Amino acid sequence: MKTSATDLDLAIQVDEAARVAHALKLRRDRRERNGRILKHVFLIGVSCVMLYPLFWLLASSFKPENEIFGSLTLWPSEFRFDNYTEGWNALPKSFTVFYVNSAIVTGLSVIGNLVSCSFAAYAFARLQFTGRSFFFALMMMTLMIPYHVVLIPQYVQFLRLGWVDTYLPLVVPRFLASDAFFIFLMVQFFRQLPRELDEAAMIDGCSPFKIYWAIILPLSLPAMGTAAIFSLIWVWEDFLAPLIYLNDIKSYTVPLALRLFLDQEGKSAYGQMFAMSVLSLVPVVIFFVLFQKMIVRGIATSGMK
Amino acid sequence: MRRFFARNAPAYVFLLPWLIGFFLLALGPILASLYLSFTRYDMVNVPEWVGLDNYVYMFTRDRRFWKALDVTFTYVALAVPARLIMALGVAMLLDKGLRTIGLYRAIFYLPSLLGASIAIAILWRQLFAADGVVNQIMATFGIQGASWITNPNTSLYTLVILAMWQFGSPMLIFLAGLRGIPRDLYEAAEIDGTPRWRQFTRITLPLLAVIFFNLVLQTIDAFKTFSSAFIISNGTGAPADSLLFYTVYLFNEAFKFFRMGYASALAWVLLIIIAVFTAVAFFTSKYWVHYENERD
Repeated sequence: MKTSATDLDLAIQVDEAARVAHALKLRRDRRERNGRILKHVFLIGVSCVMLYPLFWLLASSFKPENEIFGSLTLWPSEFRFDNYTEGWNALPKSFTVFYVNSAIVTGLSVIGNLVSCSFAAYAFARLQFTGRSFFFALMMMTLMIPYHVVLIPQYVQFLRLGWVDTYLPLVVPRFLASDAFFIFLMVQFFRQLPRELDEAAMIDGCSPFKIYWAIILPLSLPAMGTAAIFSLIWVWEDFLAPLIYLNDIKSYTVPLALRLFLDQEGKSAYGQMFAMSVLSLVPVVIFFVLFQKMIVRGIATSGMK
Repeated sequence: MRRFFARNAPAYVFLLPWLIGFFLLALGPILASLYLSFTRYDMVNVPEWVGLDNYVYMFTRDRRFWKALDVTFTYVALAVPARLIMALGVAMLLDKGLRTIGLYRAIFYLPSLLGASIAIAILWRQLFAADGVVNQIMATFGIQGASWITNPNTSLYTLVILAMWQFGSPMLIFLAGLRGIPRDLYEAAEIDGTPRWRQFTRITLPLLAVIFFNLVLQTIDAFKTFSSAFIISNGTGAPADSLLFYTVYLFNEAFKFFRMGYASALAWVLLIIIAVFTAVAFFTSKYWVHYENERD
């Protein structure tokens, strides 16, 4: 009798405790869900604010001139492609020329960056040599140097060589690993690869170049891809170096051409200017969408902009 | 000797492009610009040695130099914290409790990729123009807007907002850093009943070593701001020199007025400013950066 009373008591207590725990869990779940919904609402709000300028730019590029400023609605009353067709030929040279120029500069620069930076990174990350830590420290220090400090002597030198108004000042430095960021990025990656691979290959009589070409590079495609995408986007958007070295409109890259629209603002060609601006961003956005994972990982591991 | 050569030769072959680049494109030009900074040089006549004249003039009589410093430091002081706070806040929101963060991450990062482009600088000019979008939005709330870009009192803030808009890349770095903080620390704090704010100041901030990294990176970056300031100020630092970023001033001295000697002196002062900032950050870092697991 007595035992059964305590049993019952206990059973009631356990039951009560379970009920309380369940209620607490429910409440916590609900609070967490509410918190989540609140977060989503907030994040969606921020997303809208962030994207609004880009959508406004896109929408304006399809609007007739008188509709661009005056209404906040993004949807044009009618979609017009005139801005694109007219904008393409609005400047003294057609945008075909500017895009070809940009493609040449960007393509060569990306190749230069990949080759020269992976060479240097391979030496720093995988080879033993006298002065390695000294040169590595020097390389890291060059990351800090503002381009403006080397700009004037470089300009004087390139002018003497007769390179101004050619693409050489934009491309040749990339073949000399001037964008040390990518060396850093690749060193980080190369270091993670197992050492045993090199050692085994060395015992088999592979030369350092063979190891670089047949082992390190194939295993480092993600890092090479990240470097390629970033260097492509940065060179594509580069403004200062082309501004200084390219004077002839025939050799202008796309960013320089866009700037010409600003000089003729009086002619009120906003729609055309916006249309060409949109087009200049299209390659970047496409690359971003295609290679988003690589880009995100690249930043998280190397801390690039 | 032969063994020394055999051991080192392959590495130096691989290092050769970078070594050439280092001497011809970095070290050489830096020393050359140090020399030029003590000269008067217009690219037509040979450089004429003037001793410390450039520096003396810069610090004692050049009001535009001080204005450029003022503009640039104000910008750095506003834009860097604004961008980092935004980045850390959003990163913390994304870090906990949400399963689908990929899309947000992409949306928030996109402006960082586009932000340096001329197209965005052109867009910004129009957004903040007198008849621009910002004023239209304010008008719908009955607020009288201003001509943000052409008013010297507000023009710099449009660039600070542009910098904030690009909070995506430090955000990604913060996200990676937050992932590295062990969850059990928060759980222990939760059980102890530690309030959220104290969890943030006692766990998150001290263990987030990337804050230091982000701060250095973003500060250096902010000092180097050029394209957007150049486009928005028509290449001159207008209105009333309120957008006279240091780099814009340097560019004009060098490539508009061809005062190469003076511009070189400006460049060296910039180099020293950035070096000092980096050095201070590094040497003080051991007092305020804690690494979860020390590695080599």
